Amino acid sequence: MTLSVDVKRLIGSMHLDVSFTVEAGETIAIVGPNGAGKSSLLRMIAGLSAADEGRITWNGADWDDASSGEFVPTEKRPVSYVFQDHALIPHLNVLDNVAFGVRASGGRRRVARERATHALSDVGSLELADRMPSELSGGESQTVAIARALATKPELMLFDEPFAALDAGARAQARRLFASMSNESLARILVTHDAVDALTLADRIVALESGSIVQVGTPSDVLATPRSHFVAEILGFNPLSGELHGDQLSIGAMNLTLGAHEVSDGPVIAIIRPRSVSLHRTRPEGSPRNVWNTAIAAVDRTSDRVRVQLGAPLHIAVEVTPAGFEALATGVGEELWASVKASEIAVHPA
Amino acid sequence: MSRRHRHDARTPIVILSLGIVAVAFFVLPLVALAIRVPWSSSFDALGNDATIEALGLSVATSLITTVLAVIFGVPLAWLLARSNMPGRQTIRGLCTLSMVLPPVVAGVALLASLGRRGVVGQILDDWFGVRLPFTMPAVIVAQLFVAMPFLVLTVESGFARSSTTVEEAARTLGATPWYVFLRVTIPATRPAIVAGAVLTWARALGEFGATITFAGNFPGATRTLPIATYLALETNVDDALLISMLMVVLSLVILVALRGRWVGAIGGAR
Repeated sequence: MTLSVDVKRLIGSMHLDVSFTVEAGETIAIVGPNGAGKSSLLRMIAGLSAADEGRITWNGADWDDASSGEFVPTEKRPVSYVFQDHALIPHLNVLDNVAFGVRASGGRRRVARERATHALSDVGSLELADRMPSELSGGESQTVAIARALATKPELMLFDEPFAALDAGARAQARRLFASMSNESLARILVTHDAVDALTLADRIVALESGSIVQVGTPSDVLATPRSHFVAEILGFNPLSGELHGDQLSIGAMNLTLGAHEVSDGPVIAIIRPRSVSLHRTRPEGSPRNVWNTAIAAVDRTSDRVRVQLGAPLHIAVEVTPAGFEALATGVGEELWASVKASEIAVHPA
Repeated sequence: MSRRHRHDARTPIVILSLGIVAVAFFVLPLVALAIRVPWSSSFDALGNDATIEALGLSVATSLITTVLAVIFGVPLAWLLARSNMPGRQTIRGLCTLSMVLPPVVAGVALLASLGRRGVVGQILDDWFGVRLPFTMPAVIVAQLFVAMPFLVLTVESGFARSSTTVEEAARTLGATPWYVFLRVTIPATRPAIVAGAVLTWARALGEFGATITFAGNFPGATRTLPIATYLALETNVDDALLISMLMVVLSLVILVALRGRWVGAIGGAR
């Protein structure tokens, strides 16, 4: 089972132009900023909209071929779609929501309810069967939406930001459920803007920006060499656009010296990991290059590391330990010195 | 107690007095009607064959009108709310114009189209020998023409508010567009359909101008309750008062049965 997507579509003023494949048993994550075309892409795969150009095939059979006009309607594709707002049918109780797919494809009510009961117990939510959608919490309604999608025995499942609308507890549970339903005969596409989801749940990551794919790779590939502003940003790195001349990188008024690299001169994206920057109260000795004077723009203590946002001339985030931050004893607005080793700056052609 | 007083004190006196005048304006005619109704002879008047006939005709025609309005109005509302057909605004305007038209004008327009010498009526007569005016079906046509827009507009706003995401989810679960319409869209819009049907029914029940113009005034065939009331005013005022009271009670029953429901279905989410 292979889904092959090679489509173009004009969305507003943006040209969506993507091509990739998904195999049975595989989970791919589509990541990118809002408006990158992620949801539009899912809708085309589901058959809720059509491609302007190109084709979508499933095991070689056309689902959507713009040149021949072949278009398999949504209900004929072995696809199920889990919407961000779950889209439960408001006037049906949970059991009948889950049974809906089997009923819609001509199954008898008794058979449909049996299948629904199985699907609900598979996701561990049989006790919700008699409730109405309006009586469910966000996490419960998400679980029901997944059970409903599973009950039709799809070969391809599409998830549009499935965890975005959930609170932290429900999100962790939904992630576990998502991870547990992976199987050999099911292909899954997960649209997300959350780096953790993409890295932990997907076999491959497709990074989309302004309608184009900027990177495809395994989570470790993407971690090692993030190729776009967005990917780097969601991974918590500091993507910086700059101009490269030999080992000199200019970013606005700032000049940094790089270590050995194989990128040719011209516009580049440089990535500085937040943990590779060190902060000092006074100008550090013995490290002549890549040292600059700056001020603290913001401090975020929500995680186990303190994330310090630096002001001009280089607006980057730096992570230090709480103890390290206390030793600096500085707050917002205070001046300090920052330094980064030449070898810690990675560059990619822009 | 003191809380109520403080609340009253905050209501500007101008608003309060104008509001009371408005309430009196609505309540006074109803009270007067109830006072003048000859309750003692009510059984005689209501047992009168002509009244019974008019009542039966009104109830039958208005119910048939309501059913027809739902059958044709719901699809029209869906097209107006959901399709991309060109000229939707114009079509909506044309289809709801009769709501604001003077009913007599509606009757004249119906005569011009479906009357014996009307544009379509002539063909019906020549080809099929069908003459619509001054028959019971004509009563229904007149009622449908002026009352269906209430259903169309109410249901259209219901369709516009029901979630297209839920419908798309249903499609991805294997439902055809027709199945989605029947099993997802219609149930989700049911409050609006019920409200629209009741408004249509009430409007059809009270229809006078278009009916008397297009369908005329034949006892047993086209003399509906409102027409009977109007005629009774000239011969037997007590009968007119009684039939009027009967219709007030009917309207009140509708309003109580719906309570705030139709307001909710038209005005806001429920």
